[in-house]
Amino acid sequence: MGTLIGFIKAAVLNGVPIMFGTSGEILTEKSGNMNLGLEGLMYMGGAFGLIAAFLYSNSASNPSAVACIVIALIASFVAGMLGALIFSFLTISLRANQNVTGLALTIFGTAVGQFACEFLRVKNGSYISVSNEMKSAFINPVMPEFLQKIPVLGDILFSYNVFVYIGIIIVIGMHFFMNNTKRGLYLRAVGESPAVADAAGIDVEKYKYLATMIGGGISAIGGMVSIMTLSGCVWSKEGLAGTGWISVALVIFCLWKPLNSIWGSVLFGGLLIAYIRVPLTFIPTQIYKIVPYVVTIVVLILVSIRQKKENQPPAALGVPYFREDR
Amino acid sequence: MSKRNEKTPFIRISKRYAMSKPKMFAIRIAAFVLALAIGGLIFGMLGANPINTYIVMIQGSLGKASGVKQVIKNGVPLLTVALALAPCFKMKYWNIGAEGQITIGAICCSYFALYWVNKLPGASLLIVMGIVSIIGGGIWAAIPALFKTKYNTNETLFTLMMNYIAIGIAAWLCGGPWEGKPGSQIVPMFSEKAVLPKLGGVHIGWVFALVLVILMYVYMTYSKQGYQIAVLGESENTARYAGMNVSMIIIRTAFISGALSGFAGFMVASGTDMTLFSNVANNVGFTAITVCWLAQLNPFVMVVIAALISILTKGSSVLQTQMAIPSTISSIITGVILLCLLGCEFFINYEISFRKKGEN
Repeated sequence: MGTLIGFIKAAVLNGVPIMFGTSGEILTEKSGNMNLGLEGLMYMGGAFGLIAAFLYSNSASNPSAVACIVIALIASFVAGMLGALIFSFLTISLRANQNVTGLALTIFGTAVGQFACEFLRVKNGSYISVSNEMKSAFINPVMPEFLQKIPVLGDILFSYNVFVYIGIIIVIGMHFFMNNTKRGLYLRAVGESPAVADAAGIDVEKYKYLATMIGGGISAIGGMVSIMTLSGCVWSKEGLAGTGWISVALVIFCLWKPLNSIWGSVLFGGLLIAYIRVPLTFIPTQIYKIVPYVVTIVVLILVSIRQKKENQPPAALGVPYFREDR
Repeated sequence: MSKRNEKTPFIRISKRYAMSKPKMFAIRIAAFVLALAIGGLIFGMLGANPINTYIVMIQGSLGKASGVKQVIKNGVPLLTVALALAPCFKMKYWNIGAEGQITIGAICCSYFALYWVNKLPGASLLIVMGIVSIIGGGIWAAIPALFKTKYNTNETLFTLMMNYIAIGIAAWLCGGPWEGKPGSQIVPMFSEKAVLPKLGGVHIGWVFALVLVILMYVYMTYSKQGYQIAVLGESENTARYAGMNVSMIIIRTAFISGALSGFAGFMVASGTDMTLFSNVANNVGFTAITVCWLAQLNPFVMVVIAALISILTKGSSVLQTQMAIPSTISSIITGVILLCLLGCEFFINYEISFRKKGEN
């Protein structure tokens, strides 16, 4: 029982970065933009979140943990937004191909993140990180003591760091926005049929820009969460590599519904660490490590075989829209 | 609503139908210069003199014979894989799994290099190694294509996930069944028989790559299959109405693409590394995507772009040792160049006109 609870907890913690990544990409794709640059955005979010926290905790005379977390959140969000702005400008205003632009953004973003951290490390003379006090602020549970003490449930539901709950709030908020507000409806209209939305007087370009940029920002927070909670507040390329791509794939798995990203990310978080938590001696570690990717492929195939009407991507996903091209 | 439409919009965008070749060339060069200027700006921000930095990069890569050799060595797989991707991209089939296809090619040829050294006489070993790497890479690439044609499975993500699987298999082989010294996590060096011979100081792969440039150009422009790929890329329905076997074309093209990438894996493993590393692909699969796209799928332009990026890579490794600037700067500049060139296509394809004075 104890090991099972431990495994679930680890699965949730490892899934949170994916939850941010996937929910951000869902928002983006709802506007009809497919941003394949997520991997790059998450690197940028991770790097600049870490750097901002590092600069703050080193420069402030009496750094406060809350401020440090908020600064890391804002820095990663802004980094992601700026990255997504490049993507938006090229694909929406300059009408470049979305696939290639996304790949270019991945190359650019991963390099920027890696470079910024390496450069600061060389300049600083040692690994950039934050003080131990700040580190524990990022990973310590935030829920009140009495909730954590509830047997079993307290462990499974209330024992996590602050980002788990922020992520869930964002996802629920996104679900509410898409299904219960007029703007959410407009956004979906833009993704389903931009021509109709345009004729109805919706500013298609504005919705595409905003959804892509905010979505990119949310995804980038995931990179920061991965660095600050899973890699111990130290830059780790290995820790981040692949997270963005799994997040993109998970969007299909979630059938473009934000709420699905909660359990989807826990599932994949579990798969990612299964080789540590559930060692199976008859499977070599290196082979065990590829299981999440195999499962992703199986999911991709299953989703494509079972083509139900309500499980389809936004009709205009990846299709550029130019009013005068019609 | 009514208010908005009273005036002519301030900026109007319309499709441009023809542009002279020199003008197109000038726009692309301008975008490239802009990208280098942005790179210079980054150097400036880091406290280095931009012009000096570029000079150091060029001297480091082209100033010495060893530098030039390194540039060619890095450029060979880059060019080969870019050529491999061209038919896929022409078909609008987003194969981003070259990384894995390279790795599988390297794995296949390594098996023969390690275990068939004494069974295959003379050059036949190298020939067998080349053939199995071609078959291995091709099959690896054909799997996602099969599902694409059968169930319309998203090939972008499928091919990408296949990368991680291929690299995982290579890592397992390196640390497990094929490990040399126990605990070393390294495959033993190939025997001399399994190493590509040298020509002009660099392994003979560069000759293969240049031959492939011509073959790919002929294949894409003059062959029936190349024409089918072009039609399919423009419109799947047109291809179908014309009676083409769409599924077969997609699978065949993916196979050819993977086969060439696998061959690149063979050249790296046998010619450069002389053993199997799990990171044998070393991001070439991704960089090649940019080479291919920057060259607008033109094989001859790919030679120039691959050389350019190879120079950039070698040059920035010199920066790391001489000026303490991390060598990842080369990927940043590559990314900036790509983004700028993607953006500049807009000015080639569209015309912008502003509202004239007195116009309502």
